[in-house]
Amino acid sequence: MKKGAKIWLGLILGLAFIVALTGWYLHRHTVAVLQPVGQIGRKERNLIAFCAALSILVMVPVFTMLGVFAWKYRESNVRAKYSPELEGSNLAETIWWLIPTALISIVAVITWRSSYAMDPFKHIDTSKPTLHVQVVALDWKWLFIYPDQHIASVNEVAVPVGMPVDFELTSDTVMTSFWAPQLGGQMYAMPGMNTHLNLEASKTGSYRGVAANISGKGFAGMDFMVKAVNGSDFTKWLQTAKRSASKLTANSYAVLARPTENVRPSYYGTVDSGLYDTIVMNYMMPMGTQTNTEGSV
Amino acid sequence: MLTQFANAFLGRLSWHALPQDAITRGGASAIVLGGLGIVALITLTHRWKWLWKEWLTSQDPKRIGVMYIVVSVVMLLRGLGDVALMRAQQATSVGNSHGILDASHFQQIFSAHGTIMIFFVAMGFLFGLINLVLPLQLGARDVAFPFLNSTSFWLFFAGMGLINLSLVIGDFSAAGWLAYPPLSELKFSPTTGVDYWIWSLEISGVGSLLSGINFLVTILKMRAPGMTLRKMPMFAWSVMGSMTLVAFAFPILTVTLTLLALDRTIGTHFFTAGGGGNAMMYVNLIWAWGHPEVYILILPAFGIFSEVVPTFSRKPLFGYTSMVWAIWAIVLLSFTVWLHHFFTMGAGADVNAFFGIMTAVIAVPTGVKIFNWLFTMYRGRIKFATPMLWFMGFTVMFTIGGVAGVLLSVPAIDYQVHNSLFLVAHFHMMIISGVLFGYFAGLTYWFPKIFGFRLHEGLGKIAFWCWAIGFMLAFTPLYILGLMGATRRLDHYDASLGWQQLFIVAGIGVIFVLLGVAAQVLQLVISIWQRDQRRDLTGDPWGGRTLEWSVPSPAPSYNFTTLPVVTARDQFWADKHAGKTVEPRYEDILVPKNTGAGLWIGAFAFLVGFGMIWHMYWLALLGLVGIMVTIIVRASDDEPEYILKAKEVEKMDNALRRRKQYV
Amino acid sequence: MSEVTSLDMPRLEAEATEKTVLGFWAYLMTDCVLFASLFAVYAVLHGNTFGGPNGHELFKLPYVLVETMALLTSSFTCGLAMIAAQKRDKSQVLFWLGVTFLLGLTFLGLELSEFHHMVLDGNSWRRSGFLSSYFTLVGTHGLHITFGLIWMAVTSVFISKRGLTEGTLKRLTLLSLFWHFLDIVWIFIFTIVYLFGSLSI
Repeated sequence: MKKGAKIWLGLILGLAFIVALTGWYLHRHTVAVLQPVGQIGRKERNLIAFCAALSILVMVPVFTMLGVFAWKYRESNVRAKYSPELEGSNLAETIWWLIPTALISIVAVITWRSSYAMDPFKHIDTSKPTLHVQVVALDWKWLFIYPDQHIASVNEVAVPVGMPVDFELTSDTVMTSFWAPQLGGQMYAMPGMNTHLNLEASKTGSYRGVAANISGKGFAGMDFMVKAVNGSDFTKWLQTAKRSASKLTANSYAVLARPTENVRPSYYGTVDSGLYDTIVMNYMMPMGTQTNTEGSV
Repeated sequence: MLTQFANAFLGRLSWHALPQDAITRGGASAIVLGGLGIVALITLTHRWKWLWKEWLTSQDPKRIGVMYIVVSVVMLLRGLGDVALMRAQQATSVGNSHGILDASHFQQIFSAHGTIMIFFVAMGFLFGLINLVLPLQLGARDVAFPFLNSTSFWLFFAGMGLINLSLVIGDFSAAGWLAYPPLSELKFSPTTGVDYWIWSLEISGVGSLLSGINFLVTILKMRAPGMTLRKMPMFAWSVMGSMTLVAFAFPILTVTLTLLALDRTIGTHFFTAGGGGNAMMYVNLIWAWGHPEVYILILPAFGIFSEVVPTFSRKPLFGYTSMVWAIWAIVLLSFTVWLHHFFTMGAGADVNAFFGIMTAVIAVPTGVKIFNWLFTMYRGRIKFATPMLWFMGFTVMFTIGGVAGVLLSVPAIDYQVHNSLFLVAHFHMMIISGVLFGYFAGLTYWFPKIFGFRLHEGLGKIAFWCWAIGFMLAFTPLYILGLMGATRRLDHYDASLGWQQLFIVAGIGVIFVLLGVAAQVLQLVISIWQRDQRRDLTGDPWGGRTLEWSVPSPAPSYNFTTLPVVTARDQFWADKHAGKTVEPRYEDILVPKNTGAGLWIGAFAFLVGFGMIWHMYWLALLGLVGIMVTIIVRASDDEPEYILKAKEVEKMDNALRRRKQYV
Repeated sequence: MSEVTSLDMPRLEAEATEKTVLGFWAYLMTDCVLFASLFAVYAVLHGNTFGGPNGHELFKLPYVLVETMALLTSSFTCGLAMIAAQKRDKSQVLFWLGVTFLLGLTFLGLELSEFHHMVLDGNSWRRSGFLSSYFTLVGTHGLHITFGLIWMAVTSVFISKRGLTEGTLKRLTLLSLFWHFLDIVWIFIFTIVYLFGSLSI
């Protein structure tokens, strides 16, 4: 076998081995973004697949040209045509200004439409009732307040399967990001700000959530659990929470807000109404129950 | 009374600032011993005077360029040390084990890693290469403002000094390489860490801005007679685009850093949570600088490829005009994309869509460049010297990274992969394969011109393959990890996630990269050892096309005996093949005198930074006054230049001809 | 240079002046971006009074008018200094530079006094995001004016000691560019900060 063919064969076999190894590894693990369990996550995965396929359209010619040109025009190949005066070609230029432009235009249309269709602030399905959950990022845990059910939980949020959820997010510490990858994309939680993330879980299960923006020492331990349950189990979960003796008042909240790491899930049987709004407004007004006063020299 | 005075005098400096635990003591020892080692070496070889006269006070851009690159190489080693620690941590900190570092140290290390790589490795290499090559390529003797050039280097050095000092006295920022507030505000980062970050960047940033102005004026005003812009080499065009970006972007960085510093020292409320501050504004400002910054770095790397590919394909660059248009399209567009760094901050569909589309659009001129390089190879006679290998590695990996970028540019996709290891893999692929491989190609390519001998080819090729393999091993797993839901910057994760195997593969990749670096160091050492056998005797070791190859190697201090007259693009190539020989002519040359003023400005700037960090405000004021006095003293110097007589030049030139260092 | 040389020194000096002036314009453009960033920050934060006073309550337009007149007049006198320089009239140059300096110093004094009163009233930069951005924008301009004044003093010393050479003329040109630039920035500050602020826009 010629040397060149040997090299190509070696490369292809090597690549095939790596791809096979990777495939076997992926088969044995959950790839959250590619194996979504929610409507939003599914749409995002489909977008990824489509754009990746479009990109292959670019990668293939580039790699092919690189390989073929490098091989054919290597200096030891004296039979190949050598055109030292060739400086350009209007036709060639036009092709590779236009084709990428065309591909990018497709991406642009996708971007435009998906940005509106999948706006995290938009309710998912206006025909169904939406569950409201208020989320407060703390150091280093997540507080979930259910304003309509008057309970709260830490590091664990239960949602009914198939029900759209409107997460309303803020932070009582630094800027961080709320991300449950198997359900869908993330949204920043920021002090004094209110953001929204609309998600929906379509299968029962427990799904991991994380803080996706560095928020200090304990940030790696800021995991939370999303429990997608059917209707009756959701009611049971609410009742378990309600039975908790802890009450979430301004004072107990101040205790909760103190820095702690790797916090286990806990529940509050009652929540002071308007607590979430107070937390947000704390940053807008000079006086009040500020749990954080900005230190200045 | 005495304690009050001590407090005012010492600010918040105290014995506690010295390293308190094993890891920080290790890091500090490395810096201190390294520094002492260098001082000892220079003292023992009696080279202080030589160092001062030939290097530290030199106004020759070739000398300044070498100094930039030496500093960048040292900082690359430090940055890679950070990488080794990070990969070791993430490969072992699973389940019950917390690896080798606690969270606080890990966070400082990755913050230092990013900061060092961008500001003190990439920017240093960039300015180093421009200093070495730009005047030669333009047919000029120097840059427009030699003294400003020297000052820029010493400001860069001062910033580098501060960031290394943070290992010895105090700590470093743990808020990431861009220090988002409120995490970087006093309340959440009360120690000196973020202040070290602010001041080392503020000082070196001023140096960068001055360099931007310097190189722009050089290109506009100092091209050889007859060299219209359309005859300028592509590297020079890419520098022009890059420096335009520097001029527009770096003032934004200066402002943003200053505002954060004001929040942390005098109690302003720019980015505080509360008090009327707006942390989102910081994110916008820092990325309005940050995005152009990556194009500042990559455009000259593209320019280097535009020199390397034609030379090693023995063909002119395909589509010169198109390539120039692509540069300026990129320059313009790079100011319209910054929001793609924070689609997830909730700006709304219209804003996200606009920036997403602009981000996709900027892929077009970039793609055009790749096709033009490929078609430069088409019907050429390709020699696979090391610079060409770096180019080919770039083409493969940059395309992969670019594809990931197109995915990231769609906001709805970005919501899933923002701040994950998918993102980390993407930007490392762009920066390493684009910027670093490009700069490595440039260094290898222009090394003989500056030092007079060639680098060992075999070791260069080994280094390339180690880097290429290592790089793919280190980052492909990260794409997968990101899709598995792994966020960046984690110092620990659950065993049940099954991520450890991928982190181990990434760690192996880093080992290959370190082997590549070892090969590069070995290459340098052996090449210096064997330099007599490796001499470049013609000045044109590669068969080059542009003016820098028309002078002997190493290039003499005055570059050209008489300034060349240019009538065509690739003038040197045209002259070579027309068999033109030029009778040597000699003329008096005006040469800038050596001066230590740039060094003093850098030293005083260091004092300003140190004083501000440790709240020793008297020291900061002293530094500021020192800078002003140095400038005034320098300004009062009536004769900053001397005349190198034609006879001297003739003597130097004849010596080179005798040693046959001429074509 | 007094030695004999084949170099065409006057041409080289003229080329050097061209380069320096172009470089200084480039620097002024970067300073423009700097101020633009500060204006952007002010635009974002000017409503963030955090319960404290806004511009309408704080700014006294007549006072600011006097400041502005001082600065604008100083630009005019700087122009007169440049005309004198073209006529190579050293003593006129020094006179008009001196007047410019005094007017600039007056502007600075008035501004510092305004700041002083605001701080004494408890309306310092710590009070709110609005005040932080106000003090920083206006203060940065004031800092530039301060450096301009120092530069003016040093230039005057050079001119009085060495006369109006190519070198000192070049420096004078750059200084006057700087001074006029700061004047233009002040017009933007006056309009956007003080006028709009007072009208509660």
